[in-house]
Amino acid sequence: MLAAGILGSTASSLNWAGRSGAGAVVTKSFGLNPNKGYANPTTVEVTGGVINAIGLSNPGVENFKTELEKLNKSVPAIASLYGANPEEFSEIATRVEDLVDALELNVSCPHAMGGCGSAIGQDPELTREIVQSVKKSVKIPVFVKLTPNVTDIVEIARSAEDVGADALTMINSLGPGMRIDIETGNPILNNKFGGLSGPAVKPIAIRCIYEVYDSVDIPIIGVGGIRNYEDVIEFLYAGASCIQIGTSIMYEGMDIFGKILTGLERFMDDKGYGSVNGMVGIAHK
Amino acid sequence: MQVPKVVEIKRIEEESPTVKTFIFDWKVDSEKPGQFMMVWNFEDEKPMSLSLIDNVKNEIGISIRSVGVFTEQIHKLQIGDKLGLRGPYGRGFDISGIKVLAVGGGIGMAPIVAYSEEASKMGVEVHIVSAASTMDELLFSDRIKRSGAKLLTCTDDGTHGYCGYGTDLAEKALSEENYDMVVSCGPEIMMEKLFNMVEKYEISSQFSLERYMKCGLGLCGQCCVDDQGWRVCVEGPVFWQDELRMITEFGKYKRDSSGQKHKI
Ligand SMILES: Cc1cc2nc3c(=O)[nH]c(=O)nc-3n(C[C@H](O)[C@H](O)[C@H](O)COP(=O)(O)OP(=O)(O)OC[C@H]3O[C@@H](n4cnc5c(N)ncnc54)[C@H](O)[C@@H]3O)c2cc1C
Ligand SMILES: Cc1cc2nc3c(=O)[nH]c(=O)nc-3n(C[C@H](O)[C@H](O)[C@H](O)COP(=O)(O)O)c2cc1C
Ligand code: FES
Repeated sequence: MLAAGILGSTASSLNWAGRSGAGAVVTKSFGLNPNKGYANPTTVEVTGGVINAIGLSNPGVENFKTELEKLNKSVPAIASLYGANPEEFSEIATRVEDLVDALELNVSCPHAMGGCGSAIGQDPELTREIVQSVKKSVKIPVFVKLTPNVTDIVEIARSAEDVGADALTMINSLGPGMRIDIETGNPILNNKFGGLSGPAVKPIAIRCIYEVYDSVDIPIIGVGGIRNYEDVIEFLYAGASCIQIGTSIMYEGMDIFGKILTGLERFMDDKGYGSVNGMVGIAHK
Repeated sequence: MQVPKVVEIKRIEEESPTVKTFIFDWKVDSEKPGQFMMVWNFEDEKPMSLSLIDNVKNEIGISIRSVGVFTEQIHKLQIGDKLGLRGPYGRGFDISGIKVLAVGGGIGMAPIVAYSEEASKMGVEVHIVSAASTMDELLFSDRIKRSGAKLLTCTDDGTHGYCGYGTDLAEKALSEENYDMVVSCGPEIMMEKLFNMVEKYEISSQFSLERYMKCGLGLCGQCCVDDQGWRVCVEGPVFWQDELRMITEFGKYKRDSSGQKHKI
């Protein structure tokens, strides 16, 4: 799948990812009202990835609905939502329920403003309330996207599962991190801090998934630093049933989906795997 | 590594009452006319086209029209002041053809002058339509003449050259000469008119688009255009006419920093 917030702010770019081989697409996270996000610079490269503080810019749910209506539905579409409290999440969820196949609750953005994002995902009680509220409001599947920036990710994962989450997406970007210009001493990002993503976060994503896999029964969607089919195999072995790709689109372009599929199929043929299901959780002996 | 490189302003050229060119020492490698830099003034960061690419002196330049907070801040800078530059980004103009008509409107002349120098050097015969509101705002006329290209000017108020729109002058040129390529950068309304004209003449053409940019890296999706979803910062900013036919929002609307649409 295409990960949330990488392109995905328009139907056109989501359809493009679908055309390029993504099995499903996740939208950019959107909220109740239009949000311009942070001023530039909003992204900067670091060794092994990027740090970003886009600030959840989006045109608001009503404008976003006109994008969702234009999805060509060649692949399933998942709407990523953010908000500050259960009511906001449920309100947005109800408004888009008919236009998408599932929801992904972003309770894990490391640089969101006003109590959104990882402020929620670090609090098991608030996470529980939000998931419960959204589950009551809609009939479509609800995924919960977790932040790795917690002492015990298993606890948060369980509280989401307890109240009916249908799957967990792991992980959102890490940190936040920071980069400083050595010529002038200026922090490069306008927001100073930004979430770390890309190949550098992969070992942490793998560990989080490995830990949570043993403690929950719902499927895990793996994300964080995937760049090639070998990475995908590691995610499957750790316990993810499917995966998302974000930052590596910067290195590989949209062709990345097709390339990974080809590599994975060849690997499965060589190893005699009939389906991906047979590969999930293999590292848990 | 996609990180701003902090450089000192080496020279500043006053091009017009509203446009200044800032020139930097820069190891020129693969920079192409039509590509752009993300320019950081330690407060904000915005896209600016390369208007000068000199691989002999190893200099690059950007030409900035003062239109708002960021561009006004940059206009106040002096020689020796610093800016952070990252890039070059995007796909520039393809330099091909035997006889090319290049149409630039307003600050859209920035990549066109770089194109004119590069293409002329490579032996392409270049004719330039340079369009501005008034005589004082005509840009880069000396550099264009020095590059060997033929310069056709026009102003809205008739103070210099042809009195009228760049598209009118371009139409005249297209009907009188045999071009095998048209390139353009300028206000989208102008480019849309030119695009329709060129479709009629069945000439290959390339157009440089502007959309709101954040990352410049092909990640944030801010600059994606309907219906194909292409990123102006990676697949563009220069598009061929057969691609432009598929950019349904061309000439109609563009999105702001939140993604809300605005009419062009
Ligand atoms: C590929 C590309 C090349 C460009 N090349 C040049 C150039 O060579 N010379 C030049 O003077 N200008 C160029 N521009 C436009 C330049 O980026 C804007 O004029 C500048 O960002 C305005 O900022 P401001 O704060 O002064 O004005 P504002 O009042 O903030 O904005 C004025 C207008 O500029 C545009 N703009 C603002 N921020 C951005 C952004 N982050 N990305 C894209 N557009 C924005 C919007 O359309 C806005 O309505 C280019 C834009 C693009 C996309
Ligand atoms: C520029 C950028 C924007 C992002 N925006 C969102 C977002 O809106 N919502 C969200 O849940 N995650 C967002 N993410 C996080 C990614 O979806 C993903 O969880 C993270 O980047 C790790 O995966 P990756 O290394 O493959 O990018 C964003 C990441 C980047 C780099
Ligand atoms: S500016 Fe971010 S994708 Fe083009």
